Amino acid sequence: MKLHLKIWRQKDANSKGQMVDYPLNGVEEDMSFLEMLDVLNEQLISKGEEPIEFDHDCREGICGTCSLMINGRAHGPDTRITVCQLHMRSFNDGDEIVIEPWRAKAFPVIKDLIVDRTAFDRIQQAGGYISVNTSGNPVDANAIPIEKDVADQAFNAATCIGCGACVAACKNASAMLFTSAKVSQFALLPQGQVEATERVQNMVRQMDLEGFGNCTNTGACEVECPKGISLENIARMNREYLNAAVKA
Amino acid sequence: MGILDSKVPSGPLADKWTNHKNHIELVNPANKRNIDVIVVGTGLAGGSAAATLAELGYNVKTFCYQDSPRRAHSIAAQGGINAAKNYQGDGDSVYRLFYDTVKGGDYRSREANVYRLAEVSTNIIDQCVAQGVPFAREYGGLLDNRSFGGVLVSRTFYAKGQTGQQLLLGAYAAMNRQIQRGKIQSHTRHEMLDLVLVDGKARGIIARNLVTGEIERHSAHAVVLATGGYGNLFFLSTYCMGANVMAAWKAHKKGAFFANPCFTQIHPTCIPVSGDHQSKLTLMSESLRNDGRIWVPKRLEDAKAIREGKLKPTQLKEEDRDYYLERRYPAFGNLVPRDVASRAAKERCDAGYGVNKTGEAVYLDFDAAIMRYGREKALTSGMKDADDKTVRKLGEEIVEAKYGNLFQMYEKIVDQNPYKTPMMIYPAVHYTMGGLWVDYNLQTTIPGCYAAGECNFSDHGANRLGASALMQGLADGYFVLPYTIGDYLSNDIRTGKIPTDSPEFDQAETHVRERLEKLMSGKGEHSVDYYHKKLGKIMWNKCGMSRNAKELQEAIDEIAELRADFWENVRVPGTADSKNQELEKAGRVADFLELGELFAKDALTRNESCGGHFREEYQTPEGEALRDDENFTFVSAWEYKGEPKDAVLHKEELVYENIEVKTRSYK
Repeated sequence: MKLHLKIWRQKDANSKGQMVDYPLNGVEEDMSFLEMLDVLNEQLISKGEEPIEFDHDCREGICGTCSLMINGRAHGPDTRITVCQLHMRSFNDGDEIVIEPWRAKAFPVIKDLIVDRTAFDRIQQAGGYISVNTSGNPVDANAIPIEKDVADQAFNAATCIGCGACVAACKNASAMLFTSAKVSQFALLPQGQVEATERVQNMVRQMDLEGFGNCTNTGACEVECPKGISLENIARMNREYLNAAVKA
Repeated sequence: MGILDSKVPSGPLADKWTNHKNHIELVNPANKRNIDVIVVGTGLAGGSAAATLAELGYNVKTFCYQDSPRRAHSIAAQGGINAAKNYQGDGDSVYRLFYDTVKGGDYRSREANVYRLAEVSTNIIDQCVAQGVPFAREYGGLLDNRSFGGVLVSRTFYAKGQTGQQLLLGAYAAMNRQIQRGKIQSHTRHEMLDLVLVDGKARGIIARNLVTGEIERHSAHAVVLATGGYGNLFFLSTYCMGANVMAAWKAHKKGAFFANPCFTQIHPTCIPVSGDHQSKLTLMSESLRNDGRIWVPKRLEDAKAIREGKLKPTQLKEEDRDYYLERRYPAFGNLVPRDVASRAAKERCDAGYGVNKTGEAVYLDFDAAIMRYGREKALTSGMKDADDKTVRKLGEEIVEAKYGNLFQMYEKIVDQNPYKTPMMIYPAVHYTMGGLWVDYNLQTTIPGCYAAGECNFSDHGANRLGASALMQGLADGYFVLPYTIGDYLSNDIRTGKIPTDSPEFDQAETHVRERLEKLMSGKGEHSVDYYHKKLGKIMWNKCGMSRNAKELQEAIDEIAELRADFWENVRVPGTADSKNQELEKAGRVADFLELGELFAKDALTRNESCGGHFREEYQTPEGEALRDDENFTFVSAWEYKGEPKDAVLHKEELVYENIEVKTRSYK
């Protein structure tokens, strides 16, 4: 098939960017979206032009590196997948496809379609852990039985891949879904109780410091999340936060 | 052969590790604060090592090429992690895990290392649960287990098909805690371009900031390499796109021996190649072989009709299907080890029974499992006379709960529904057992340079068992390296900070800059990917699932030729002093073009078949691998001498005192 691509090009963080048109022929249905961009880049290189830079790594939907807005949607038109799992059979011959980086103040552009998501790391560093040293002699793993439903809920929250689609999809560029997923995982598990108060306060404080917007319950984050992280996590984090405030 | 001292402690096997820990030197807490350690790579091995070293009090600097440690490719491991907990009461023990691993590795791994691995495996599960890793649980609230290939017990802990993700996020969280305490300085989007030796000891690295292109010097008292495997040598593999051998290869060029480079794991259950544009292959977890049955048509004409789209697999009657693994290996059936399953698939496809357009695919069928689970569920729900449709629906729900994310992944890529029609699979490069040679302390042949996880060669011999990569990564990082490295660092308590303005750092940086310039100055005929794909084709066709002397020699010549062409004609656009993904790729492919030749040379030298290394000249009349224990019970450790063809072989003889070396049989 033949496509009309419109792609955001930006030399570096300090330069001004712009949309550039790239027509592309010979795209096959079985190609993944990123393989389609590989083909375009090969053509650009052979013409002596600089290829389009985009973040990607595992190409199987789990590392959370790839991050493209495609026709205004985070990770493109299909749901419950990342860009690297999107295939060209989701498009038609002659389609115009607009490709942009994640748009959020807290995710500044590094080059072309690549953004800086270290704000997410700093939120995790603020409290996304259980303070236990490696010793080789903690209690036996089966000493604390955990109800299967609770363990499954914690697991579901823990499947967040930190891609940032929730922020990109949100009109306020809020990071509530991302932050709440980690808060929820630990709030649900007995191991996480000891530090629950500090954790939610520290992580929310860091989230605000990074310049993410507020949550106004539009739910766009849940719709676009490739792992289907539920809005319930935001509700749980709000409850945790309130409890922490009362305790403090 | 004095240099290849494996430093395995004396004494009975079961006491070696404990005795060793009791006798090695320690560094007191106040002195640890004056000692710096660099950790390159932040996957399971690097992340867990960095966190633990920082907890102990060392100043740790981590480096990864990804934008966050959370993205390392350990995250993609699906099926699970082994541990000798014996929670299922099915007769598992440390000894049995040790035995299975040595046997699975076809008697080409070091006994003492493997025993230690099995010994600390139980600690890993305790540690991870304490960190809040949400493993799968049973209704009683206790941890669940499943079975993997090559074993007869259920010792695999898992978190759906995302076990690697959950374990990595556990190690990442442990790192984050230390970053917050200021004990780890994390350098993301950085790539190590060289190792710096001072007085023969590893004392730092030269790294490139991948965002700005700046070349940086970092010093430390020891350097830990945990940079994973080199399977991307084959271009198409289940590795992530960025996986590379650069750090390990630079260390090799500075004196670290490279062990068993030709021991590669080709995983039997991957989604088959669909076309030339393909950039990577996707694994379907081995756990699927718990329930999926592998088959091809019995008759050639049926296979042909299926390839031409005239016949559907579901139309083929039970008696017209060849469940070749169950036929050839009745004891282990579909759960034979990976090397055996991969070769069996290739054998059937080479004989003309392949089932997709390219003729390189076999079926993995869940129909029997869906009906079996469905009937059981119907009975336990009180539906004695449930019809087939209801049973199927119930069964599909259970299969979805077990493997839902894998089935979804398959459907998104292939556009077929695996609940309704069997999956198509074919082997693909997945893991490398070879790597930097290390002694019992995980130290390479360079003093102060350590290697952990897939980056080293130590535990899996010639074939790795499923769910053992996660185990080894975390064993090395949490429980082995943080202690053994103290023995070395105890000599550095008076050394003080290592300066970065020494002639050794100057020289290393100059060398790095020259190489980058050279990469940028190719005449510009072809892109980096052009060369990578060509190399991949040579590797897959001549150094892949089966090898012979003639083709290996051809591979050696062709790779050397391709390497010369690369340096002459590669085209790298952009500049070296800014973000440049093509330049990053070029540096990685340049290393693969050297390693590839050593790989072929290693395979040519090993005149036997063992594990993942199958030499056509050495097989039984039934086509099984024929090992030569008399002449090849050793580790091949290669010393760099300039061109790959000049590499010098050193042997570490393998001694089995606690296990009887037998022909590996899964029949």
